[in-house]
Amino acid sequence: MENIAIVGVAQTPFKGRMRDKTCYDLVYEVTRDALDDAGMGIEDIDNVITVSNDFLDGRTISSMAVGEAAGAHDKNVSTVEGDGTFGAFYGAMRTLGGLGTTLVVAHGKGSEGDMRFVTNAMFDPVFQRHLGIESISSAALQANVYMDRYGLTEEEFARVSVKNHQNGRKNPFAHLALDIDVDDVMESGMLADPIKRLDCSPVSDGAAAIVIAGEGFVPKAKTTPVWIRGVAHCADAFFLGDRDLARSPALRNAADRAFEMAAITDPLKEIDLVELYDAFSYMEPLWLEGMGFCGAGEGCGLLKDGVTAMGGALPVNPSGGVLSAHALLAAGLARIVEAVLQLRGEAGDRQVAGARTALAHGVNGPCGQSHCVWIISRDR
Amino acid sequence: MPRNVAIVGTGQTDHKSHRPDVNGREMIYEAVTRALRDCDLTIKDVDAVVIGNMDHFESINYVDTWSVEGSSGFMKPIMKVTTGGTTGTSVAIAAYYHVASGLFDRVLAIGWEKNSESDTTAAIVTCSDPVWDRSSYSGAIPSLATEATAYMEQYGAVQEDAARVAVRDRTHALNNPHAHLRKPITLEEVMASPMLAYPIKLLDVCPRTDGACAVLFAEDGAARKLASRPAWVKSCAVRHTFSWFGDSTDYDKGLVSLQRASREAYDKAGITRPSEQFDVAELYLPYTYAGLKWIEDLGFCGPGEGPRFVADGHTDMGGTIPVNPSGGVISTNCIGATALLRVAEASIQIMGKGGARQVPGARLALATGFGGCFWSDVMILSADRP
Amino acid sequence: MTGWLDDTAALTLKGRIAVPYTWWVGETGSRFLIALRDEGKILGNRCAACGTVYVPPRKNCGRCFEDVTEWVELGTEGVVTGHTVVRAAFPMQPAEPPFAYALIRLDGADVDFLHIVRKDLDRLRNGMRVRARFREERTGHILDIEDFEVLDG
Repeated sequence: MENIAIVGVAQTPFKGRMRDKTCYDLVYEVTRDALDDAGMGIEDIDNVITVSNDFLDGRTISSMAVGEAAGAHDKNVSTVEGDGTFGAFYGAMRTLGGLGTTLVVAHGKGSEGDMRFVTNAMFDPVFQRHLGIESISSAALQANVYMDRYGLTEEEFARVSVKNHQNGRKNPFAHLALDIDVDDVMESGMLADPIKRLDCSPVSDGAAAIVIAGEGFVPKAKTTPVWIRGVAHCADAFFLGDRDLARSPALRNAADRAFEMAAITDPLKEIDLVELYDAFSYMEPLWLEGMGFCGAGEGCGLLKDGVTAMGGALPVNPSGGVLSAHALLAAGLARIVEAVLQLRGEAGDRQVAGARTALAHGVNGPCGQSHCVWIISRDR
Repeated sequence: MPRNVAIVGTGQTDHKSHRPDVNGREMIYEAVTRALRDCDLTIKDVDAVVIGNMDHFESINYVDTWSVEGSSGFMKPIMKVTTGGTTGTSVAIAAYYHVASGLFDRVLAIGWEKNSESDTTAAIVTCSDPVWDRSSYSGAIPSLATEATAYMEQYGAVQEDAARVAVRDRTHALNNPHAHLRKPITLEEVMASPMLAYPIKLLDVCPRTDGACAVLFAEDGAARKLASRPAWVKSCAVRHTFSWFGDSTDYDKGLVSLQRASREAYDKAGITRPSEQFDVAELYLPYTYAGLKWIEDLGFCGPGEGPRFVADGHTDMGGTIPVNPSGGVISTNCIGATALLRVAEASIQIMGKGGARQVPGARLALATGFGGCFWSDVMILSADRP
Repeated sequence: MTGWLDDTAALTLKGRIAVPYTWWVGETGSRFLIALRDEGKILGNRCAACGTVYVPPRKNCGRCFEDVTEWVELGTEGVVTGHTVVRAAFPMQPAEPPFAYALIRLDGADVDFLHIVRKDLDRLRNGMRVRARFREERTGHILDIEDFEVLDG
């Protein structure tokens, strides 16, 4: 793979209902900010990828509402419908494929819809949808299978929520940065066993953007480049019953291919931090296992041993993760943004000291059916 | 350096107004198996999948993950690209970049739609801004009708001029075993068909179709092994410029997105005299007046000359530049697939697999996509390896 | 700068669009629903290439990418492999909480079937056997199965 880098990043503060901003406003602002970050003008952007979803926006051709805001006027532009990490991957392929610099921008206004209906619509209309299954109840099924398989406890998952919300307190962009402890999570009210309110991510409004450029362009940007060393994605079967929900072979496949592209042979040692898609607390240990950072069932142990805490050998979600801010499709792109800030040394109070290589991760589909893994680094 | 990329195989369903025998993912499976058979591959050989449709026509959220069983996406990289009517060409362009990037060698592009599962107008009306556009200027027909009346006023074109486009496309469809509408029509029948919104009559406009299309893109070495005459992607370009319909209405300028996208694609491919250099064109013409106007925007003829160009037979089979040997959008419109079908049909011409609809000796083909707020996509395919 | 928002009432433009859908079930799914309706039976099918018995039945196997043609009558009983007791209400739900979603390995199937359990929620554990209860009046719908009940012993 040719050398390409992320030369600009931006994210909006993630909040609950933003009454004063439309999706267009969010996309425009974050685009402007990403350009300012890189020291570029819109004329330096050769092509644009927007990321949006018609159900979330309540708009057919949801990309139509934001293309202009993303500076796509009179440019080559396309739209990925899926998490921002997938959109960013298409953006990377466009830069590699000769289209020059690529701006990727993802937005989400969760406040403008009812997530239960939106996520219910992910499920098969004939066999599943009329059972009322949606993201929280399906996640609860996965959490149940995972806990049962390895004898895990709700408290172990609660600790993830505590860690990430506490981490979020140092992140000025986070939506829900809470000073909570395990008891707070355990008493937060059961939605579907074992998922309680504080095991869930919030529903946020916000946007994120990155600018990808080839090696030749990099010196023109004013930032320290963060090189894209490996990217891969992979999808498991669709029907929940076709899958073993306690394992993540699609994630394993994507992670292995990304590590191989990045020439990483000992991930635990060579990766300095992870920003992963923890839409629910149980997902953090499950995805860490899927990525190969530990054996099956050992994900919670990584937190217990302090490995994934701030200051540990592999801090996970120093930003507070998706548990602290979930602007839907922007959440995966925000993981990339956070990882880039870390690697540049610009992460302020949440900085992981000496970070040089990071893993950023996003998810599509119910119960993490499809995963996209990014390996980015200060080293070329 | 981006790699050379070619189309080596295509598959499509036999398009119909209703496909009650299959659900969406099963219909996709049909197109994919036909594409794999066309280039003698199995799903093991497919490195990645790109899929597209317009969500609200079937109300399926996250079609990439829902479809994996039928789209060959199981344990593969799959992503969804969607840009309204231009979805099919956006999907083709995405598959192209998957391969051009150097990261994947053989990539499947899939477009599909089960239009019979929804009320098209209800599903499409939400593309308009809810505050500014939706109550006054919504649905597919009004904006096109406005464009048509402006054109007629500007150049003195009449309804019969446009009707000829429908007769041509529907006649061409008789050679295409996959086309949805395969009954010939006459000029008189078009003129007598019910008026929807002046000057667009029922037979001036495309149908709603259930159908799917799959196209396999491959890198240089693989392409030369898989097809005796691969359809090399010479260039592609898009312009999806506007968000609000009011911004796109300087009709005196023509279809600006198509002018700009085609200029970029032409420049990259060395096209200066399109109607002479192209052997065949598969154009996304959702209604007949587009067949007069947009060929001017593409530079086939001068401003206002569209009606004469069509009436003189230049766009018929055997003419200077046969347009829509497949029957075009007016004969088949499964929206998420429609623009991809233009690319597929153009590649079929280059690969020499067109059967009764083959333009003899076709070596350079133009495919376009249209949709959204007067957006345009352009892809140029060639028998000559770049 | 946005303090004024708190003191300002929003001018609301109300609209409502009906977007009706009619999904084609397809021949394969139809056969499954018709068996539910007319015979109170649960059908699956088997991929000849990999031997996987699917329920609901599939027109093709996603793994092998081959047509699936061999039909199998499954048991109406099975083993719970995963479940969750739902506490929060949502209009699309077929029951009022508390009720449970369950993934059930029906006798004869190789994949789990998603459905609901309405009773004995406190006793519900993975590994338990459950049995489908069919509605009296059936229409060819996933809820022709009223729910799955926990079996004693």
